[in-house]
Amino acid sequence: MNPEIQVSETRKHYIQIIVENRFGVLSRVAGLFSARGFNIDSLSVAPGLDPSVSQMTIETQGDDHVVEQIIKQLNKLIDVIKVVNLSEFSFLTRETLLIRVNTNTRPGDRDEAFRIVEIFRARIIDSSPTTYTIEVTGDEDKIEAILNFLKPLGIKEVIRTGKVAVAREDQKLGTSKSVSRLTDGDMSYHR
Amino acid sequence: MKMSGAEMLLESLKREKVTHIFGYPGGVVLPVFDALYKDPSLQVVLTRHEQGAVHAAEGYARSSNTVGVVLVTSGPGATNTLTGIADANMDSIPLVIITGQVPTKMIGNDAFQEADIIGMSRSCTKHNFLVRKISDLPRIIKEAFYIARTGRPGPVLIDFPKDIILEKGDFVYPETVSIRSYNPTIQGNRWQIRKAAQTILKSRKPVLYAGGGIISSDAHKELLDLVTLTNIPTTLTLMGLGALPGNHPRFLGMLGMHGTYAANMAIHDADVLIAVGVRFDDRVTGKIAEFSPHSKVIHIDIDPTSIRKNFHVDVPIVGDARVILKDLIEELREISGGEDAFRHYQPWIEQISEWEKEHPLCYTLDKEVIKPQHVIEKIYQFTQGDCIVSTDVGQHQMWTAQFFKFIKPNTWLTSGGLGTMGYGFPAAIGAQKAHPGKRVIAITGEGSFLMNIQEMATVVSLDLPVKIVILNNQYLGMVRQWQEFFYGSRYSSSFIGQSPDFVKLAEAFGMIGMRATRPEQVEDVILDGFSRRGPVLMEFQVDPEENVFPMVPAGGSNIEMIFESPGEKDDPKKRDSILTA
Repeated sequence: MNPEIQVSETRKHYIQIIVENRFGVLSRVAGLFSARGFNIDSLSVAPGLDPSVSQMTIETQGDDHVVEQIIKQLNKLIDVIKVVNLSEFSFLTRETLLIRVNTNTRPGDRDEAFRIVEIFRARIIDSSPTTYTIEVTGDEDKIEAILNFLKPLGIKEVIRTGKVAVAREDQKLGTSKSVSRLTDGDMSYHR
Repeated sequence: MKMSGAEMLLESLKREKVTHIFGYPGGVVLPVFDALYKDPSLQVVLTRHEQGAVHAAEGYARSSNTVGVVLVTSGPGATNTLTGIADANMDSIPLVIITGQVPTKMIGNDAFQEADIIGMSRSCTKHNFLVRKISDLPRIIKEAFYIARTGRPGPVLIDFPKDIILEKGDFVYPETVSIRSYNPTIQGNRWQIRKAAQTILKSRKPVLYAGGGIISSDAHKELLDLVTLTNIPTTLTLMGLGALPGNHPRFLGMLGMHGTYAANMAIHDADVLIAVGVRFDDRVTGKIAEFSPHSKVIHIDIDPTSIRKNFHVDVPIVGDARVILKDLIEELREISGGEDAFRHYQPWIEQISEWEKEHPLCYTLDKEVIKPQHVIEKIYQFTQGDCIVSTDVGQHQMWTAQFFKFIKPNTWLTSGGLGTMGYGFPAAIGAQKAHPGKRVIAITGEGSFLMNIQEMATVVSLDLPVKIVILNNQYLGMVRQWQEFFYGSRYSSSFIGQSPDFVKLAEAFGMIGMRATRPEQVEDVILDGFSRRGPVLMEFQVDPEENVFPMVPAGGSNIEMIFESPGEKDDPKKRDSILTA
């Protein structure tokens, strides 16, 4: 028996955190990641339906042991109400991008931009004689694809929201059973 | 009735049954100190440095299992507390630290004596609060005490801006606390406890490995019950000393880097490891891949992050050590049918006593020079363990941990996790405040003692009978030891022989100073020093080249213990005259 903790492969995780909507909470969460050398790939925060809480979606990477530690440490923060590792479930992610592209570099670029917007069911939300500003929402594949299509036109600017994620409806989010899979059956994460 | 923020603070502290505040005044907290001046029911212990105040509060808290309270001003007053706070955070000591802050409107403007103590202390507190509204103050104080003492205890900081200190408001102290996001698990999972009991019963070579969590959760009685029932050999971490009486026949001594041979061998050969209130610290485990390689591991701890952080666990149980040990004992009684079911551990116990005989803790007495271990043993013999002992950090700390037998919990104060030089003497001050009638001894080295030497003024002005024992070896001894072993005896910056004359220094501060330079003086100095009424400083000039053994090199496996200095192997004279402790 190897007493060391088994290292599994590194993969992407989406962690949903519900926190008290209080000043300083974001820096506590972010500080926890940086202090322990965990990386945040993307982060989105907004108040929840109940305005006394905020909802965070954090995209991070690590092996199972690292992510287990991250989740335990997050739970340990006093202002954290609930933590769910969405990667344990079937889930959806979305991200919104605002992209400004050149439309007048070569003849036909403006039409091409318009066609790409149609194909990806994006929207033009602002227009100038030489640019379009495009809004697009989608999962990672779609976002990557539209960026690839728009690149030849010349992308001037991209603003991203960071990903938000949600488990599919038939998944029982945050029941003790689903969480216990992470925790050898005996860690009370629900506080 | 309207009250100022300062008055509300004091009233709230009284509701939390606080009697002592360790602190140091300054600009923005003057209104609080003014309110304290008018209110004699709260006693201020004025230290001479804010770091000293925090360590004193730690000593107070650890020796009495209560929350220590610190009050300091903004800026440098607040930043000076950080080392102490980090120390308390590592060693799970419950503290509430109140720092003054510049007025709310000036926060962020680089005002005089402004420091972002909320930002700075975030990673070394269990939680912190900035008071933004006077109406929040009572709730924040109530929550701060609750968070500090429950779950895995720790320091909680309250940053208190001057305008709110002065503002008046209605005082309503909450009766209860309800924090929806914070509910520590107390009860252990029934099934896991059953599984643990079955695992223990099936084992042939079990070892109990217990730590500071036993002290924090007041579980020493349950630990003793468990050992009495099962006869399982028990080792304690540095923070756990006193959790099981140091003279108990099943006590193996401390484990880890400077642990006993028997403890480290037993852990290595164990088939079941019962870890309670411990966190598998690297100073305990040594090379983690070779720590207890054959065992099934049961880990009981209140902090889920401690479980599986460094080491694999087969049976994790989250909850309060006292509650879980009680349940575990009950379960063991039920399924075993009594003490006879544990008879099969006898060969294992015999094996361990072989190890104990093979390499007991020992040192070589010398006619010319005082051996530091000898001083510790003599203090133990004189006090019979009926005292509170604090230490600083380094060789003297390890020798005290090895050679002093701690009989009761909460009588051993040391900086374990952070390893803070300068901790011990102020911690002794706090302990003496909590236990005015008890003998309190600060065992220190000349290096550590100089780090908070200003507190001599505190003990003298408060006439606290703390007894200071300095083991002066002219070196930063542990640094010197490492340099001897791993850096070719190049003693870079570790010689500090130009120490002050400690006896004269004691006298300058207004306390009695004594010195022993030869072995035959040791007993006399102890007898004389300990029989004096007030504070006494006793300096023992000890062998500068004495090393702490056994020693596991950093990153080495715990069974690769070293018992002698490089070069000592060839010196038969030194090897023959071994005196067993």
